[in-house]
Amino acid sequence: MVRVSLRVNDEVRSVDLDTRTTLLDALREHLQLTGSKKGCDHGQCGACTVMVEGQRIYSCLTLAVMHEGNTVTTIEGLGRPGNLHPMQAAFVKHDGYQCGYCTPGQICASVAALDEIKAGVPSHVTADLMATPQVTADELRERMSGNICRCGAYSNIVDAIIEVARSPA
Amino acid sequence: MRPFTYERARSPAEAAAAAIRNPGARFIAGGTNLLDLMKLQIEVPPHLIDVNGLGLDRIEGTQEGGLRIGALVRNTSLAADERVRRHYGVLSRALLAGATAQLRNKATTAGNLLQRTRCPYFYDTAQPCNKRQPGSGCAAIGGVTRLLAVIGSSEACIATHPSDMAVAMRVLDAVVETVKADGTTRRIPIAEFHRLPGDTPHVETALERGEFITAVTLPPPIGGRHFYRKVRDRASYAFALVSVAAVMQRDGTGRVALGGVAHKPWRVEAAEAELPRGARPVTAAILDSAKPTHDNAFKVKLAERTLAAVLAEARG
Amino acid sequence: MKFDTPATNNPIDQLKVVGQPLDRVEGPLKTTGQAPYAYEWQDVPGRMAYGYILGATIAKGRIAAIDTAAARRAPGVLAVVTHENAGPLGRGQFYVQRFLAAPEVDHYHQPIALIVAETFEGARDAAGLVRARYVEGRGAFDLAAQRDTAPVAQRAPFGGPPETAVGDFEGAFAAAPVTLDETYTTPDQAHAMMEPHATIAAWEGDRLTCRTSIQQMNWGLRDLSLALGIPKDRIRLISPYIGGGFGGKGTVQSDLVLAALGARAAGRPVKVAMQRPLMFNNTIHRPATIQRIRIGATRDGRITAIGHESWSGNLPGGRTEPTTLSTRFLYAGANRMTRVRLAVLDLAEGNAMRAPGEAPGLMALEIAMDEMAERLGLDPVAFRILNDTQVDPEKPERPFSTRPFVECLRVGAERFGWSRRSPRPGAVRDGAWLVGMGMAGAIRGAPISKAGARARLDARGIVTIETDMTDIGTGSYTIVAQTAAEMMGVPLERVVAKLGDSSFPETPGSGGQQGAPSVTAGVYAACTKLREAVAHRLGFNSADVTFADGEVRSGNRAVPLGQAAGAGDITVEDSMEYGDLSQRFAQQTFGAHFAEVGVDAYTGEVRVRRMLAVCAAGRILNPKTARSQVIGGMVMGIGAALTEEMTVDKRRGFFVNHDLAGYEVPVHADVPHLDAVFIDEVDPTMSPLKAKGVGELGLTGVAPAIANAIYNAIGVRVRDYPLTLDKYLEHLPALA
Repeated sequence: MVRVSLRVNDEVRSVDLDTRTTLLDALREHLQLTGSKKGCDHGQCGACTVMVEGQRIYSCLTLAVMHEGNTVTTIEGLGRPGNLHPMQAAFVKHDGYQCGYCTPGQICASVAALDEIKAGVPSHVTADLMATPQVTADELRERMSGNICRCGAYSNIVDAIIEVARSPA
Repeated sequence: MRPFTYERARSPAEAAAAAIRNPGARFIAGGTNLLDLMKLQIEVPPHLIDVNGLGLDRIEGTQEGGLRIGALVRNTSLAADERVRRHYGVLSRALLAGATAQLRNKATTAGNLLQRTRCPYFYDTAQPCNKRQPGSGCAAIGGVTRLLAVIGSSEACIATHPSDMAVAMRVLDAVVETVKADGTTRRIPIAEFHRLPGDTPHVETALERGEFITAVTLPPPIGGRHFYRKVRDRASYAFALVSVAAVMQRDGTGRVALGGVAHKPWRVEAAEAELPRGARPVTAAILDSAKPTHDNAFKVKLAERTLAAVLAEARG
Repeated sequence: MKFDTPATNNPIDQLKVVGQPLDRVEGPLKTTGQAPYAYEWQDVPGRMAYGYILGATIAKGRIAAIDTAAARRAPGVLAVVTHENAGPLGRGQFYVQRFLAAPEVDHYHQPIALIVAETFEGARDAAGLVRARYVEGRGAFDLAAQRDTAPVAQRAPFGGPPETAVGDFEGAFAAAPVTLDETYTTPDQAHAMMEPHATIAAWEGDRLTCRTSIQQMNWGLRDLSLALGIPKDRIRLISPYIGGGFGGKGTVQSDLVLAALGARAAGRPVKVAMQRPLMFNNTIHRPATIQRIRIGATRDGRITAIGHESWSGNLPGGRTEPTTLSTRFLYAGANRMTRVRLAVLDLAEGNAMRAPGEAPGLMALEIAMDEMAERLGLDPVAFRILNDTQVDPEKPERPFSTRPFVECLRVGAERFGWSRRSPRPGAVRDGAWLVGMGMAGAIRGAPISKAGARARLDARGIVTIETDMTDIGTGSYTIVAQTAAEMMGVPLERVVAKLGDSSFPETPGSGGQQGAPSVTAGVYAACTKLREAVAHRLGFNSADVTFADGEVRSGNRAVPLGQAAGAGDITVEDSMEYGDLSQRFAQQTFGAHFAEVGVDAYTGEVRVRRMLAVCAAGRILNPKTARSQVIGGMVMGIGAALTEEMTVDKRRGFFVNHDLAGYEVPVHADVPHLDAVFIDEVDPTMSPLKAKGVGELGLTGVAPAIANAIYNAIGVRVRDYPLTLDKYLEHLPALA
């Protein structure tokens, strides 16, 4: 067992963990933050997406002990019922989800994807590597491809993200 | 996942020494492949050496005019680096064609080179696999082989190497820099870094025990137009059926390497002389010793047609 | 309440709330991560332990010996459940699979043990310490090898008759001037819902409560009772949020049984989530099929003979994949036959997945129709319109309740720009892309079953509905609340819908696209009773009372609804039962799917460029969530057309690509903007809501529309799904 301190959603949380505990299981089983989902536990679905130090990652494929002192943002840190983050509100409005299981991961991933575009990170579908990437449906489809939605809400999810991207901050 | 002890290394040499001290230890950086395999008990290291704090996360110019990429530079950072995008577009493209943003944010340059095969029989511990358990046999041979190797395979193993990045690095003549526990360093040309399976498919690279990758260097830019064309079943988040990394010059000469066809990035320099004559003679030369199965014979044709697509784009 | 004559005007027809495109009522919970799924409940009394399932590593045989000593000694291990200590276990009624190898192993990854430990990490590690020795038996894993020997299937519930014959099929087919006789294959497919099968089981004495993920609570209760050999009234299942199901969570799977056994063995509540790499070989799936279709027609395109024979395989006693269902109803033709044969295969069980039968059946039939149209020189839309029927082709005296199939086709063709399609394959080029358009018809049965609900009114005027209906992403919460709001004359915010608890009144749950029509009719019945009780409490004459704007009005009196419950909550319960309307009318949903694809002329990669679905499913209760159901089906259809296949290792007897990396479902990049519209119709023969389900209709016909578009793009006909590029690469245009 090792003591691990994480700054989760602006709150420092310290827990004693097995070295084998993933960041995802630390959140779900030890910090009672079950918004991050376990869909596959092998980095093949995206449901566990959270942001660590502002970057989206799969929390199932990293050990909690490797994140001592890190800042973690989960879906619970974006907004709450009654005080939704604009992306959460856009998902509700555009029906960008059905069963809801991939949804927290989709929302975390979309917030980070817009940040990555802003930061100039290119994608597989960026036509010109030297040009500034734009928020387009094709860009978002590629950038969001690490989040599987078996209910098939993709088309609505892209509509939701575009609305957020184009609304004044 | 078996229990393991965990330490954070403070220098590359110390990491290498720790690996020597702890038989079976593994370095962990991004962890995106290693932890996946540990959960399935395909990897069972008793000790993990976390190398994330070593600071090997910079991309610097070399004296020769190339680039030195720290072993811990994340795939996202490497793909987005302005110098890489401008002068080594094939590398940027290859990285962006691989995995997903979440994985690229974690995965490192060295880890990408060291990722293990995605052969489904390797991944299923109930099945014999010479790579996972030397001498146990290969369940893939005679089994479901559509995604597996068409060339360079052996009686012991028909797995492919899954990396896209490595295919681009092969075309760029990258060099892998390492340090050993005694502090000695060496430079391994990418062509010699990955091994063919032969009768020891569990030995995948030229690294010695404890040897630690510190950087990958790229020679000075070679100009030309850069292409990485990856063909897969779904449009993203999938491994290649076949991929083509190519750097094409205005005069029709160039370099080409294939991914998805072998146990390592597949490049036959001699075949590149045929590039001005089109895709068929090039792929015929590159894949002349191919021994595909019934299920993956299409890869040979697909490689030719994918290269043809690249050459057409290069012309257009 | 009994529904035995077609509906007339009723409060639902106001459509103040029902029929409106409202946001999901549980949306804020789902988008903030606050909706608790099975594995996530924090309120279970007692100290939680973790279970980990160990699967068999052979496909067929038996466990000769299983050594759990090392696992039991491992740190934190509380119990190891195997056949040696589990006691006798029964099977469920709908799935034939056994939940534990005991000691016979029926299929790969059948559970052989559950390890229970203090932590997830401890249980997972200890699973690796269990040593099993097997005696391997000979299994059968190759469907095609049994094509000549598989017998005609037994009749099974929901499957339709295994053989049908009308007129003289063989004679008419032989005499037809234009014929088609082709064979098509569809692969084993996985539900691959995002939430793995998961359960928290807790015993209090001999009473068992399970938070789980089950689509049909009544079946879950029945089957868990059978599995464990304990009465249903000692079991409670709770599944308010379900992370997708698509039929794969219809009823009890091994996570539920093993969690209950593990909790009993450990004397602690136990949580179990089936590991993703186990799911593909452990649980049910949609089985592969071989389908032979024969169509005979006159030269002007009228079908005179239509025959559909189908083969699938299953564990002994398992169900067939009833692919011939839709062929019986979709097109006219005086001479008809269908036949389904069932092989024995020692793979994981084949069973219901979204639109069982119809989805794979139409994957074959609707390519065949495309081929036939081409042979006849007819446009595929026109050919289908020509062969429309307004009566059940097997029983011409039985009309369809509604059948706007032709309207779906015409509206779709117009909206999609079908007239721009080149009838000549391979004729349209856009840069490196060969571009093609394809379409397919769609049909899916519209079943409805007895469903109950409890309705409660409190003094604040809040209406609470309780029913064991589930919401698997389908929008049940919202349409239940909409129905109650409409009936009681209150805004949606004044209704609380509580679902997914086996202690609530029984419904058929989520399955067979009958959930929406069934549960809303049950809510209608309960609310009708509540209206009567309210009127009675207020001393109103219930004949002239109206419920609107939060008030109850009668004559010139109007009082707030909540006032009726001023002296205490009013709680009523009722259910809707059905007469013979489903016998008198053929009740089906219809659709037309259109697709445009690009096929890379060099590599053969396919990109779906545009898709349109036009659906007719009676009254659409919520156009927003119904559209989502349809576009979700379209995404699953893209997967069925292009990538999804569980590949069988026919030597070793298992699905090789048993994870979400190997089994490729569509990702964002595979899916363009999707267009889905509904035909404006109501079906008064269904229920007072005049509605049908739509969730499975959205899938049927999608894959063949894409397959036909690929043919139109490249001129190569592929009859084996999925249409991966290796199947036509050789036939693409030669390179310049």
